[in-house]
Amino acid sequence: MTALTWLVPIALMLGGFGLAAFLWSLKSGQFEDLEGAGWRALDDETAPRPDRRQADRS
Amino acid sequence: MAEALRLSDIDHGGPLFARGADGAVPASTNVLQLAVPDMHCGMCMRTVEETLSAMPAVEAARVNLSAKRVTVILKDKLSNAEPYIEALKDAGFDARPLITHTDEAQAQLDRDYLKRLGVAGFAAANVMLLSVSVWSGHSGDMPASMQTLFHWLSAVIALPAVAYAGKPFFSSARKAIAARRLNMDVPISLGVTLATGMSLYQTIRGSEQVYFDAAITLLFFLLIGRALDQRMRVRAAGAAQNLLALRTPATSVIGPDGGIMRIATNDVRPGMRILVAAGERVPVDARVTKGVTDIDQSLMTGESRPQPVGPGDKVYCGTINLGAPFEAEVTAIADNTLLAEIARLMETAEQARGKYVRLADRAARLYAPAVHALGAATFAGWMVAGYGWEQALTAAIAVLIITCPCALALAVPAVQVVATSRLFRKGVVLKAADGLERLSEVDTIVLDKTGTLTLGEPRLVDPQSVSDTVLSKAAALAAHSRHPYSKAVVAAAKSRRLATPVIEGIEEVAGAGLKAVVDGSAWRLGSARFCAVDRGDDAGQTLWLRIGGDLPVALAMRDELRPDALAVVAQLKAAGYGIEILSGDRIETVADVARAAGIETWAGEQQPGDKIRRIEALAGQGRKVLMIGDGLNDAPALAAGHASMSPASAADISQTAADAVFQGEALSPIVEALAVAKGAHRRAMENFSIAIGYNAIFVPLAVVGFVTPLIAAIAMSGSSLAVTANALRLSRQRLKVTGGTAAHTGTPPIALRPVEART
Repeated sequence: MTALTWLVPIALMLGGFGLAAFLWSLKSGQFEDLEGAGWRALDDETAPRPDRRQADRS
Repeated sequence: MAEALRLSDIDHGGPLFARGADGAVPASTNVLQLAVPDMHCGMCMRTVEETLSAMPAVEAARVNLSAKRVTVILKDKLSNAEPYIEALKDAGFDARPLITHTDEAQAQLDRDYLKRLGVAGFAAANVMLLSVSVWSGHSGDMPASMQTLFHWLSAVIALPAVAYAGKPFFSSARKAIAARRLNMDVPISLGVTLATGMSLYQTIRGSEQVYFDAAITLLFFLLIGRALDQRMRVRAAGAAQNLLALRTPATSVIGPDGGIMRIATNDVRPGMRILVAAGERVPVDARVTKGVTDIDQSLMTGESRPQPVGPGDKVYCGTINLGAPFEAEVTAIADNTLLAEIARLMETAEQARGKYVRLADRAARLYAPAVHALGAATFAGWMVAGYGWEQALTAAIAVLIITCPCALALAVPAVQVVATSRLFRKGVVLKAADGLERLSEVDTIVLDKTGTLTLGEPRLVDPQSVSDTVLSKAAALAAHSRHPYSKAVVAAAKSRRLATPVIEGIEEVAGAGLKAVVDGSAWRLGSARFCAVDRGDDAGQTLWLRIGGDLPVALAMRDELRPDALAVVAQLKAAGYGIEILSGDRIETVADVARAAGIETWAGEQQPGDKIRRIEALAGQGRKVLMIGDGLNDAPALAAGHASMSPASAADISQTAADAVFQGEALSPIVEALAVAKGAHRRAMENFSIAIGYNAIFVPLAVVGFVTPLIAAIAMSGSSLAVTANALRLSRQRLKVTGGTAAHTGTPPIALRPVEART
């Protein structure tokens, strides 16, 4: 049972890591073009993503 | 033609636009967003990106395929979007600049739901992990202290997660209660809050009845439905925006000294004199004072042929000047324009439809009071039986959790999600959440003609009969004009891959045609009178080409029916739907189309108000009308119909008014939408039976206190799974369109003409 004292925190940490990754991917716009992303994976010479900071979005 | 006005004749008093509205974009940004509706696959995406990236002024171009948009980042400030649109046109893509950016609020809400979904998913998984350990511990050797620890851990995870993930439900329930009504969110909120509160109390007491897992799992499942719903809405809003009319934010006003100033359309006042350039949209309602031109009024009247106007004629806000520039005196602005009047009509009609009560809410109205009464009765029963308030409350909460409308709340949304995604695959974007339910009740279909039953743009009739030489000469002249007939000629030449000679000095005579002198002979392309052809009036549906003294050649034009119109109409009739046409177009044209499509009841020359009256008359007969239209003049009728659809080529205001928007040139999505709507209704009803059947078994057990957390959890997820699985059947099922009843009622159509035989 003592194993639980560190297994539970580890389980929670791993879960939290997954959650953080999800929130990050959401924030960085990876869910904005789900169709296009699928096609881009097949393309060898896709141009790099334009840097968002470059665009002064008004 | 002495009246005709040319831009070069005018002394420019201020900064003047270089082009029409197409190229006008707000300056001081290096980002250009273009809507490119024709992109469908990776190849399209790549072609668009490469075409734009190859342009020297472009820093980067990035396509969003889901939104059908491309974001272009330029090296310098943007001055004119026209070159980029032209470049894409050469690559075979039609592009339009997005003047307004996406409504961030909707997209923000979408991301917000996803965030809450992520948090709820994380919490649900971890709390469930702890709960499973505790349940298995019941039959094993888990010490009570360990159970309490696990309960506390669950509480620490679940409490903030419930508070965060449940916020949309709580605030919706609060609003509903404040407005003294009940919606589905009220029992959900009550169930979740009570379960969480009770679990916390039991945890503090060190007892075993802890339901954190139930509360957070319920929120997780419900959020999936909400997030999908919101995503659909964002997509639909984006699609409508892509088709946003090329609006004119600025107007050229002629000052008292004759100078021209470009001012914001909002600052224009009645009585001012304005100048409308060729290709520009008329920014306000006005009366022409100088100049002769053709106006594309299809937006207002549905009439596909351009309307010739001269001094004294009225032009309306939103219509397009196809011919020469003209001067006009402003008669009405902002809220007083015909455009605004149509918007008001639409709003009034929309409010009437707002009274529709969704199936789930109707269920909630019956269900929520019953559940609360049952919970209260259970509590009272146990109290009366003398078991003390704690045990009574535990039983009451068990009842609430068992009835916690998981399956019931999922019954409709699950079906809706499956139906929406099925329709999406077939090219129908469903916008209104309750649109599917209203579509399923439809028994009568009213269609607009121009752009709905037909393609909305004239095409060359029987192009095989026209020789290559004639077509290439006509196209050479037509290339200089924006008239729909000219565009049709150019398109026909392009589809045959003809090389068109380049001609200098082509002159466009507004309302008549194009002329040029080539190698000493006069070339003319235009109306019969313009080409000196003695053929009487053929309603202006024929374009003539005359080369010098040769015999003139006729190029017949027609706004063609959509390719499958006849088949779709026959199919819908066979299924028992009543079908009629309401069009703003001329009576003869409507009669032709009605006969070609096989529709017996129709009316022409209908104003927006007439269309609403007809739909209300049908509603008065007890019919449920599906209105299908595309023009601005259809928007009020779309809002007035019980349900409505519009093609993706429709004016954006019509798309906003419609419940569903369908893509492509075919009409078959209408059949699919009706079939899926009926199927979805059946599935939703089955789901209600499943949910209620499940409650009928487990609620009595809960009332008498037989339900342990384990049984409750298994039963709850079992019923939810059954409901979801039933909904998923809709995805691949073969559906037949049935259920219209109007054709059998024998109600005579009122005030409509039957098809007359014309010679």
